[in-house]
Amino acid sequence: MLAARAGAGQGRAVASSADPLIRLRNVTKAYGSGATQFQALKGVDLDIQAGDFVAVMGPSGSGKSTTMNILGCLDVPTAGEFLFKGVHIERLDRDQRALLRRKYLGFVFQGFNLLARTSALENVELPLLYRGDEKKARRALAMGALEKVGLDQWWDHTPGELSGGQQQRVAIARAIVTQPDVLLADEPTGNLDSERSVEIMELLTDLNRASNITVLMVTHEPDMAAFARTVVHFKDGLVERIERGHQQGVVPEMR
Amino acid sequence: MGGTILLLALRSIARHKLRSFLTILGIIIGVGAVVTMVTLGKATTAAVQSQISALGTNILQIRPGQGFGRGGGGPRPPDFKPADVTAIANQVAGVTAVAPQAQATATAIYEGANWSTTVNGTTDASFTVQPWPLVAGRRWTPAEEQAGKAVCIIGNTVRQNLFRGGQAVGQRFRIGPISCDIIGVLSTRGQAGFGGDQDDVVAMPIKAVQRRFTGNRDVRLMLVGVDQAYSTAAVQASIQDLLRERRNITQGKDDDFFIFDTKQISDTLTGTTTLLTRIVAAVAAISLVVGGIGIMNIMLVSVTERTREIGIRLAIGAVAREVLMQFLVEAVALSCLGGLIGLVIAQLVILAITPLMQVPFLFDPQINVIAFATSAIIGVVFGYFPARRAASLNPIDALRHE
Ligand SMILES: Nc1ncnc2c1ncn2[C@@H]1O[C@H](COP(=O)(O)OP(=O)(O)O)[C@@H](O)[C@H]1O
Ligand SMILES: [Mg+2]
Repeated sequence: MLAARAGAGQGRAVASSADPLIRLRNVTKAYGSGATQFQALKGVDLDIQAGDFVAVMGPSGSGKSTTMNILGCLDVPTAGEFLFKGVHIERLDRDQRALLRRKYLGFVFQGFNLLARTSALENVELPLLYRGDEKKARRALAMGALEKVGLDQWWDHTPGELSGGQQQRVAIARAIVTQPDVLLADEPTGNLDSERSVEIMELLTDLNRASNITVLMVTHEPDMAAFARTVVHFKDGLVERIERGHQQGVVPEMR
Repeated sequence: MGGTILLLALRSIARHKLRSFLTILGIIIGVGAVVTMVTLGKATTAAVQSQISALGTNILQIRPGQGFGRGGGGPRPPDFKPADVTAIANQVAGVTAVAPQAQATATAIYEGANWSTTVNGTTDASFTVQPWPLVAGRRWTPAEEQAGKAVCIIGNTVRQNLFRGGQAVGQRFRIGPISCDIIGVLSTRGQAGFGGDQDDVVAMPIKAVQRRFTGNRDVRLMLVGVDQAYSTAAVQASIQDLLRERRNITQGKDDDFFIFDTKQISDTLTGTTTLLTRIVAAVAAISLVVGGIGIMNIMLVSVTERTREIGIRLAIGAVAREVLMQFLVEAVALSCLGGLIGLVIAQLVILAITPLMQVPFLFDPQINVIAFATSAIIGVVFGYFPARRAASLNPIDALRHE
């Protein structure tokens, strides 16, 4: 579907295996205009390979979320290039970006963002509904995803009846139910205690390894970043440094 | 995709029962009020018109006095004389017939059944001036009228109370001091405009009533038929002049009789009820607007929740159009449901109230359609447009909405 809609970009981009899954080139983002304009990103360059587990770190206000929103096609850069699978995302329109999210991306937010008064199963089914899956297929896939996050027993509970950790796991099930290429998580453990946080991180690590999903995660807790293979440090709207081949399980040092 | 969107919309309605209920409550009240009020107004107008048309058009009614009441103090003005009747019939151009009436109350008795009723003495002309067909029997002949014979035509209420289901025509019954042969039964007219049962009457030749009941030759009331080709106002003026002269009313003095034109009354009353209907409709329309504002409030209150919901849907890959369609379907479904409930309630209220008001039940398609369409539009405007604003946001801005 994306190929048809994204047309021009997709056609010529036969990405070689060496090409990164995601490439940012001199990406800037300005909020507001005139005197109150604020430059949140000042020219970010970043390559992310398929299958990586990336932790994005940095002080508050350094542009981590802004970058994640652009990578997740939830927001658009002010200038610069953003290539996903070789396609120029900055040239797509709203609907094309929506279809790209539907097909390739999954989101986990700090605040869970589940639909209220809606059962876990129906929350997880939602992306499949928009994808146009039949009821039977929806049920099966959604139950499968809930099983993966260990909540299949809780399928008929609404967010109000679930703990924070459980809600976040439902959100992860919703994010992976379409088998996306990339899972984006902005401070997924920000609202959870450390025990729950570790459970979530183990889940993400497992998804990254077993389902080969590229995971991009913002965190400012070194303990959480320890689960990643690549750690990207942000500062003042720029990438300060990148630790590649970070040994998983080792707490990255803060500088 | 259509099925999916409908499913999503219905789920959302079911999940937010209180919000949905409050939303449609405004519409139910608005639609119900408008339809009920306007329909009752129209039913009242229709009832008034039918009662007035039963009086007949192109008829002048002449009574002694200054109006329907007795008027101020002073002696009661005299009734009319038989000569007044012939004078009007013969001297005023445009008069087709004059039917005099003399009235008395009396008890009718038949085989032990008693019924107190009005005896109305008149002439055969009254049946033509103010058409009142018979359902059985015949009218009296000119000879019977001339002789003042005791022959009666009874109204339906009298027939029911004296004869139950039995045959009335051909029977002889007692009424007041006399025995009377029943020669006809009048068709049913129903309640009069100002109370009183028009069918509770026994009609007989005026001379019989004057001789045996009132004891004089006075005429209480005259019904004058006016030729279609003449203006009732002109005929009325001529009669006025004639009667003033005949009753010796000097210049500068007020009439001691009054003439009224049924058509004029009909126009006045119809005008009044139409005006009332409009006022009531305006009040009801205000309630529809208030209902609309209620919907808007509910929608605005829930806009934060809804904006975030839209953000979530957009983030997981819904296209703005799909989200909007869902909200549109939801808004239309809710307001149509509210509109339908309002219409049903309105019909029930009308059904319950019309007998109390003694007006006919009436279904007015026009106002039902208008009220329903208005409710649908209100629902769509207030339900859809806030959603459209939200869907035009960047997904991330919608998610952040506070
Ligand atoms: N919608 C917005 N409007 C204006 N300024 C914003 C907006 N979003 C973020 N910012 C600003 O951009 C900067 C970077 O924000 P963000 O990417 O959220 O930082 P981080 O996630 O690293 O804490 C911050 O200074 C923040 O105040
Ligand atoms: Mg942030």
